[in-house]
Amino acid sequence: MSDTTATKTAKSKDSGFSIGRLLLEGRAFFALIAIIAVFSFLSPNYFTASNFLIMSSQVAIYGILSIGMLLVILNGGIDLSVGSILALSGVCAGAMMQGVTLDFAGVILYPPVWAVVVLTLMVGAAVGALNGILIAFFKVPPFVATLGVMYVARGVALLMTNGLTYNNLRGSEELGNTGFNWLGFNRLWGVPISVIVLAVIAILTGLMLSRSAFGRWLYASGGNERAAELSGVPVRRVKITVYTLSGMLAAVAGLVLASQLTSAGPTAGTTYELTAIAAVVIGGAALTGGRGNVRGTMLGAFVIGFLSAGLVIIGVSSYWQTVFTGAVIVLAVLLNSLQYGRGARKG
Amino acid sequence: MNAHPENEVVMSARNVAKSYGQVHALKGVNFDIHRGQVTTLFGENGAGKSTLMKILSGVIQPSSGEMILDGQPVTFANANEARDRGISIIHQELSLAPNMSVRDNIFMGREIMGPAGVDFAEEERQVRKLMEELEEDIDPQTPVEELRLGQQQIVEIARALSVDSRILIMDEPTSALSASEVEVLFKVIRDLNAKGVSIVYISHHLEEALTITNHAVVLRDGNMTAYAPRSEIDLEWIVRNMVGENYDLGSPPDTEKRDVALSIRNLSVPDQTGQDLVRGLSLDVRAGEIVCIYGLMGAGRTELLETCAGRLQQTGGEIVLEGREVSHLSIAERIARGLALVPEDRQRDGLVQTMTVGQNLSLASIARFTRGIFTQRSAEKKLIDDTIRDVTVKTSGGGAAIGSLSGGNQQKVVIGKMLATKPKVIMLDEPSRGIDIGAKAEVFRLLAEGAKDGLAVIYSTSEVSECLSIAHRIIVMHKGRISAEFDSTVSKEKIMAASGESVAA
Repeated sequence: MSDTTATKTAKSKDSGFSIGRLLLEGRAFFALIAIIAVFSFLSPNYFTASNFLIMSSQVAIYGILSIGMLLVILNGGIDLSVGSILALSGVCAGAMMQGVTLDFAGVILYPPVWAVVVLTLMVGAAVGALNGILIAFFKVPPFVATLGVMYVARGVALLMTNGLTYNNLRGSEELGNTGFNWLGFNRLWGVPISVIVLAVIAILTGLMLSRSAFGRWLYASGGNERAAELSGVPVRRVKITVYTLSGMLAAVAGLVLASQLTSAGPTAGTTYELTAIAAVVIGGAALTGGRGNVRGTMLGAFVIGFLSAGLVIIGVSSYWQTVFTGAVIVLAVLLNSLQYGRGARKG
Repeated sequence: MNAHPENEVVMSARNVAKSYGQVHALKGVNFDIHRGQVTTLFGENGAGKSTLMKILSGVIQPSSGEMILDGQPVTFANANEARDRGISIIHQELSLAPNMSVRDNIFMGREIMGPAGVDFAEEERQVRKLMEELEEDIDPQTPVEELRLGQQQIVEIARALSVDSRILIMDEPTSALSASEVEVLFKVIRDLNAKGVSIVYISHHLEEALTITNHAVVLRDGNMTAYAPRSEIDLEWIVRNMVGENYDLGSPPDTEKRDVALSIRNLSVPDQTGQDLVRGLSLDVRAGEIVCIYGLMGAGRTELLETCAGRLQQTGGEIVLEGREVSHLSIAERIARGLALVPEDRQRDGLVQTMTVGQNLSLASIARFTRGIFTQRSAEKKLIDDTIRDVTVKTSGGGAAIGSLSGGNQQKVVIGKMLATKPKVIMLDEPSRGIDIGAKAEVFRLLAEGAKDGLAVIYSTSEVSECLSIAHRIIVMHKGRISAEFDSTVSKEKIMAASGESVAA
C-alpha cells in the first residue's frame, strides 16, 4: 500500500501542496474522524473500546464484501450478486452443518467445520467464476450478468431451505462438528475474530494490489483494457479472477454472518451489495475503473458502519439513517468527480 | 467538365488563418468555390485540411481573414448557422444513428411537425423524392444499420441535400467505399453539380480526386502552396506541392542485415463481415532492417500489424518469428518471444491514463522485475529510469501523471514501453501520428538506433515523406495486398502512384 502512497505524494508534488487538495484526497479519513468526534460528543457510550469492537465486528461483514467489490470496480465492472452469494453460502454452510443425507449410501454425513468452511468458499468462488465467465467470454455487461446471478443465487438459496432458516449451527460434540460459532463469537487478544479476518484480508489484498504483477494487471486493465491487452496483460484471466475472488469473499462474509447469528437464512444479505458499492465509492474508487485502493475502501466501510451505529446510539430513527447514508454516498461521488475530473481533462 | 457556363463564385476565402496559441494551423489561405463545381483540398495529415474544412463549415472561427459568401463577408457562430446559409458537411465518420430509420435520420432534429405530432407521411414523401434524385432505391423505413456503408453515405448526402445545401463539404467520402460505390458517388456529385451545388472535396486518393475535381487547393504545413484549375495540373504537380522538398527525417542507417527475424507468409485477415482486409500477404523482415509500409486509409496496414501482434485472428497463413510459428500464441507470449507492437491510436490502445508515466513504461515488462509473487521496487525503478533516459521522455519523473506529457512524449512512452520488453521485432503503426516534426525526427532516430543494434523495425505511415526517411525498404499496400516494393532511392511520385486506386485495378 505504500506504493500508492508514493504515487500520491508524487502527484501532490506535481500540482503543488494545498489544504484543499489534502482535504480532498484524505476525505474519507477526515469524514471518519469527524463522525467519531461528533458522536463521541453526543453520546458518552460511543467513544469506548467495547463499543468500537462491537461496531467493528458489524463493519467486518460489509468490509469483506467491499474488498471484493473494490477488485471488481477496479476492473471497471460491478458485482450485484455478492449479497445473494452471501446468503447462498450461509445456507450451504447451514445445510452441511445439519448433515448431508446421502440416499444411495443410506448415511448422513456430518463434515467437520474446516471442511464446511472450505466447501462454502468453493461455492462462493464457483458462483463468482460464473459471473466472470459470463462477462469475460460471453461479453455480457457486468451489470446484467451479476444482476441475473443475483436472482439465481437468491432463488437457489430459497429453494434449498424452502424459505426457512437453519437455526442450529452449533454442531454437537458426538458428531465432531462443533466450533462453527468461533468465527462470530470468539476473540483473539480481545479483538473479535471477524475483525481479524477483515484485517488479514485487507492486508493481503493491499499487498496484492500494490506489489504483485496481478495488481498491476488489474489497475491497467481497469484503466484501459485495450492498451493493457496490447501490452500483454491477460485481461480475460484478470476479469475472471476478480469476480471469483469477489464471490469467494462474499462466501467469507456469509460464513462470518451465519456464525455471528448462529443461523443461516436465505434472505440474509439483501441489499448488502449496495452498501459494499457505497463503501468503495466513499473510499475514492472510480466506478469507471483503474482508480482506488484498499485503504480508501476500508475507510469507506468504517464511515458507513460508524455513522449508522452512531445514529442508533444517539437514538435517531432508522429512517434518518437511510437518509444520512444516501447523502454521504452522493457527496462522495461528487468529490470523486472533482478529484478525477481534473486529471481526466488533462489527458 | 465545366457544365456550368456562368463561372460564378459562391464563396471565397480571403487570407484565412487559424492559430491555436503558438501553433499556426492555417496561414493565409485564399481560394474560391465556384457554383456547380468541385474544389478539392489536397494535403498530408496535419497540413491544415481539416482546420480549413471546420472553418468553412462554421465549426471553428478563423483567427484572421474573412469568408465571403455571395459577395458579402460572413461569420458563422456555429455549424448550424453555416447550415442555415446552405453550407453542409459530411464527415468522414458517419454521424447517423444506426438503430433509427433512414427517414428519422434525415429529419433528425428538424422533424416536420403536423397537427398530431411528427408528420411521418410528409417526411417519407420528401425522403422518397430525395432518393429518387440520388437514384438510390432505399426505403425510408429501413434502419440505417441494415444499409451498406456506401448507402449510408448516400443517406448522409440526402440529409445534407434535404436542407437545400448549396455548398457540400465531403471529408474523405470514398475511404469506406468499394470501387463501384465510388462510381455511384461520383455520378451523384456530377448530378449535384448540374443542379448548381458546389462541392468541397477532401481525399487522400489523389488520382480518384483528380477525376472529379475542377479546382485544386494544395496545403502544406498550414500554408496554401498552390491553387489551380484542373486543366493546368496533374498528379505530379499535386505531389510536388503537397510534400515539398525541404523535409528531412533522416536517412536509412548503415546497419548489418542479418537473418530473417519476422516472416509473414500468405497471411489473410477478415473483417467482421468476412471480407478480407489483408489478402494472402507475404513479407520477410531481417534483423537490422527497417521496413516502411505505406498505404492509404483502409489499405490493411493496421490489420496486418495487429494480426502479427495477436490482437486480430487470421484466417490463413503463417507468422514466423525467428524460425518459429507464433500464430497460435497469445499477445503476451508473442511479446515474450520478442514481437512487439506500438499501436496506432495511443490514447485508445497505447496508454493507461489512470496510471503514472512509470507504470505505463513498465506495464509490458512486469515479469522482468517480479521475483516470486512480489514486484521488486528497485528493479522497476531502474527499468523506468533507464527507459526514460533511452527514449528521452521529457517528464518530471516516473511518478508524473501520463496526461501531463505532450503528445510526442506520450508516444515515446508507448514506444519505450515496448522497447523495454527487449523485442527482436518492433512494429509501429503510424508512429508519427499527431506529433510535431521535432518529436517525429526523434522517434525515427530511436528506430534507426534500434536497427543498428540488430532490431527489425516495421513502421507504417500514410505520409509519403516519412517513407523516404530511415526505411531501407518501402512496401506499398493497397486493398490488403502489397502493390509495390521499392528501395530507398524511389521517388515520392512512384510511391504515391502505387498506392492509388487506378494502378492496382
